[in-house]
Amino acid sequence: MSGSNEQVQRYALAVLSHLILVAAWHFFVVYGKIPKIVMPSPYDTIHALLVPNYRWLENIAATSIEVFGGFLLAAVFGILTALMFSWFRYLEMFAMPLLVSLNMIPKVALGPLMIVWLRYGIWPNTLMAFAICFFPIVLTTARGLREVEPDLLDLVRTLRGSRWQLFVKIQLPGALPYIFSGMKVAAILAVAGAIVGEFLGSERGLGYLMLQVQVTLDTAAMFMAVILITLIGGVLYGIVLGLERYFVVKDARIQ
Amino acid sequence: MTEAFIHLDNVKKVYRTRGKEFLAVSQATFDVEQGELVSLVGPSGCGKTTLLKILAGLHGFDGGVVRIGSGKQPFNPARDIGMVFQQPLLLKWRRIIDNVMLPAEILGLPQAAARARAYELLDLVGLKGHEDKYPYELSGGMQQRASIARALVHDPKLILMDEPFGALDALTREKMNLELLQIWAKAKKTIIFVTHGITEAVFLGTRVVVLTAGPAKMADNFEVDIPMPRTLDVRNTEKFGEYTRRIYRLLGME
Ligand SMILES: Nc1ncnc2c1ncn2[C@@H]1O[C@H](COP(=O)(O)OP(=O)(O)OP(=O)(O)O)[C@@H](O)[C@H]1O
Ligand SMILES: [Mg+2]
Repeated sequence: MSGSNEQVQRYALAVLSHLILVAAWHFFVVYGKIPKIVMPSPYDTIHALLVPNYRWLENIAATSIEVFGGFLLAAVFGILTALMFSWFRYLEMFAMPLLVSLNMIPKVALGPLMIVWLRYGIWPNTLMAFAICFFPIVLTTARGLREVEPDLLDLVRTLRGSRWQLFVKIQLPGALPYIFSGMKVAAILAVAGAIVGEFLGSERGLGYLMLQVQVTLDTAAMFMAVILITLIGGVLYGIVLGLERYFVVKDARIQ
Repeated sequence: MTEAFIHLDNVKKVYRTRGKEFLAVSQATFDVEQGELVSLVGPSGCGKTTLLKILAGLHGFDGGVVRIGSGKQPFNPARDIGMVFQQPLLLKWRRIIDNVMLPAEILGLPQAAARARAYELLDLVGLKGHEDKYPYELSGGMQQRASIARALVHDPKLILMDEPFGALDALTREKMNLELLQIWAKAKKTIIFVTHGITEAVFLGTRVVVLTAGPAKMADNFEVDIPMPRTLDVRNTEKFGEYTRRIYRLLGME
């Protein structure tokens, strides 16, 4: 059995398990005579997309902006913060414990405050996604930058290599797998952050839509919203994974 | 008498940790001529790595004299040291050829010439055809050979090796011993080779320096009068046995 053959089988089996889940869902609802309000069938769920009132595209766009925006901000500032920590040791000793303490705050608890400060809208929700993503990225990046083999350090020092050369040739590429492992964790958290923000107060987004249709008991639309939220998270995760595949050598990846 | 390439006189090193002093090297006195392959042998903790780091200019020391190079044999500490460690320490994200290039990049050597030399060296260490592979695609022994090529790429005068074959299995280790002798003969470098293998020390060395522990000090320094090129058979000769017994005796194991 060749490698690519195994790949195809792997892929096929994964698709199959998803299809089986949808089929099971369908038969359970149809033959179990489950009321639509309790659980819609896959068909009903897709049908919910046709209700123009729900303004799906607009809501998808709003949630996507929050998720991707919050994640991107966290990636940029998280990596920069970790870099500063690695360049200025005292800054790390000063600020890292503070970050650890701040991270103890359940970010969800900040929701009402963010609304007071920033009002309803995309901003507080983006910030919520950012707040949840930031710490794991700082932590893993800082750790990756710290993990330099002492003997490699000696090798560079015997050659009178500069601090900058050490950073560019050894520290940063060595930290890359760690950065990606942090970003993978953050990618999943980002969606949760944005949706919680929308639950707490918002006038747009899939989380907001879910609250709206909850009132009218349109369970099918809720199902659809959950699926779309999951897809947004999946796309972000997939992009991070793709970048990792491209930038990080197989052996160095952190599973 | 002309000056030796490397001259150590009564070198002493004391580590100070938490107010306590620990003598790691003492009475280290020996000379190394250019082109020699000197084995530094002794039990764990006797100060071999410490002495090697002093030679590499990575550690200071607390007494004695260390001189490398002389008027007729110039030595530039930034350019003339190649290091090989117990672990290959290749960068996982670089292909073998780019790993070998690392010292040349750090030193800012002309890239095209260095690259050509890196290919030659990979050929010399028996890795022709593996240049574009990543380290994980190579066995431990092959990775260590790549790290030897890396130590040679900037054409240093002195190669410092710290138990380079310590992590390899016995069979691979013997093979690497033979290959190291070939590389040494072709590259014409001065090599200081740290090991705790007594047979390995005598087999490889044109000279053997013995260190003992508790308290750490240099205990012996002798020339190995067995002609090069050597084959594994020399280990069965009477002369070879005398040398190894001499070391075992010093280490109190006879
Ligand atoms: N940075 C350090 N600070 C304090 N003590 C040290 C330090 N490095 C080494 N030592 C001590 O100095 C002694 C000599 O260490 P060294 O690493 O040179 O031994 P070695 O001969 O290379 O041993 P091995 O064969 O196990 O590698 C050891 O007892 C060690 O505990
Ligand atoms: Mg050692």
